[in-house]
Amino acid sequence: MTETLPLDGLAGRIAGGASLALPPDYSFVPMAAVRALVRHGVRDLRLVTVPQAGIAADLLIGAGCVASIETAAVSLGELGNAPRFSAAIEAGRLAIRESTCPAIHAALQAAEKGVPFMPLRGLIGSDLLRARPDWRVIDNPLAEGESEGGGDPIVLLPALRPDVALFHAPFADEHGNVWLGARRELVTMAHAARETLVTVEEVRPGDLLTDETLAAGTLPALYVAALAEVPEGAWPLGLAGRYEPDRDHLAEYARLAASEDGFAEYCAEYVDEDAAGLCAAE
Amino acid sequence: MNTETTALLIDVIAGMLEGLGRVAVGASSPIPAAAALLARERGGGRPALSLLGAQAGSDFTDGGRELFDRAGQGRIDAFFLGGVQIDGGADINLVGTGPHPAAEKRFPGSYGSAYLYFVVPRVILFRLEHSPRTLVRKVDFVSAPGTSPPGVYRPGGPYALVTGRCVFRFEPARGRFRLASLHPGHSLDEVRDATGFDFDSADDPPETPAPDAGTMALLRGPVGAALADVYPRFAAAFLG
Repeated sequence: MTETLPLDGLAGRIAGGASLALPPDYSFVPMAAVRALVRHGVRDLRLVTVPQAGIAADLLIGAGCVASIETAAVSLGELGNAPRFSAAIEAGRLAIRESTCPAIHAALQAAEKGVPFMPLRGLIGSDLLRARPDWRVIDNPLAEGESEGGGDPIVLLPALRPDVALFHAPFADEHGNVWLGARRELVTMAHAARETLVTVEEVRPGDLLTDETLAAGTLPALYVAALAEVPEGAWPLGLAGRYEPDRDHLAEYARLAASEDGFAEYCAEYVDEDAAGLCAAE
Repeated sequence: MNTETTALLIDVIAGMLEGLGRVAVGASSPIPAAAALLARERGGGRPALSLLGAQAGSDFTDGGRELFDRAGQGRIDAFFLGGVQIDGGADINLVGTGPHPAAEKRFPGSYGSAYLYFVVPRVILFRLEHSPRTLVRKVDFVSAPGTSPPGVYRPGGPYALVTGRCVFRFEPARGRFRLASLHPGHSLDEVRDATGFDFDSADDPPETPAPDAGTMALLRGPVGAALADVYPRFAAAFLG
């Protein structure tokens, strides 16, 4: 049964030390919930970015909420490197599990299937393998004949099962079914995670699963532990089909977060008080 | 960068895509995207394109993994990668400089490179900054290696390296770059000084040809219009 909670109640379900899966900047990022996590002072999160992240991860890292991160990349896109992420790595304050986009997708798919690992091509000869002692190279047991020079080595990735998947979606219904449209990586995230928490722009009456057109893009409520209705919950990022990113605000973040003092100033201005009203005022 | 140089880079990269079936372009890659659009325009709709970062009308419906799944099946003929550092063996580093993990300077991370470099047949490396700090003898961290030993599954790999000064072609059998052409106004001596790795070259390499009037018309017309859908700021600046 999906619980409906206020934003702070939803964020309060994420305990210190939890592994937390977050979407990439182009897809349904739960920025209001991320700010709530910062206000709650959660510590030692182990982030998993699916497969990369931007301001959401940078904000959590800068605020001291994160002990480690498994990621293919953290960046502010056209605004450059993610400053708090880079500073934390350079200072040795943040443990990193280096990855590559398809490895994160594939390891989540292993978890959603309930199998212990997934094989993936590529990777052999990269320093990612050295940085990831949990990844194994085996000879393809199904190889036909002997390939030249070796037995067709292939990498095995252990299943990746985050404690919590957290994202923001356009709408859910009153039963807790959440519409995700074509954002299938979020479906995989939810299947793989122990529990999924979702903020939505709006909760609609009715049942999405009875509408054939909407059902195909719907995450059934059985995966969704709790929902919170948070209008503009992706701000300052955009929500595809709903609103555009607030590019001026993102540029201001990039400018301020370049220094520790500037980052503190940003938080005092936009995070410490619930920023939900700020975007509504625009 | 001026319009002439931008157009030249777009034109030379477009030439590398001619005759291919499908080309994918990553996010935040306006020049490769423009080159792919130009190639499609010249080819009458071929190669087909998948531009990441295009929101409405994106032809991906299976989430972030679909690009990689398509590439793994051989459905993508060309892709673009960059690098904080690229070395003479075409190893690329998107992670950081100095020791790992506590880097001297940390960059975003490897993205999909550690996979796509292996499975996409024609990977074009694009790095505008051509200097000894970007083109190095040996990368500090191998996000993806330029070549693999026999026996490692590798239908793909580096095809060319395009910089702000020149075009290199990669020769897999030698595991080295060969200078293919110098952009107008650049010399072989200058390129050698600006390159941290050793490469092969003719004594008198050709000049990268400037785009002709027909190409410029396409860039100002249909290519620019399509580009503006995904990269409005770049298109506006480039087209003036």
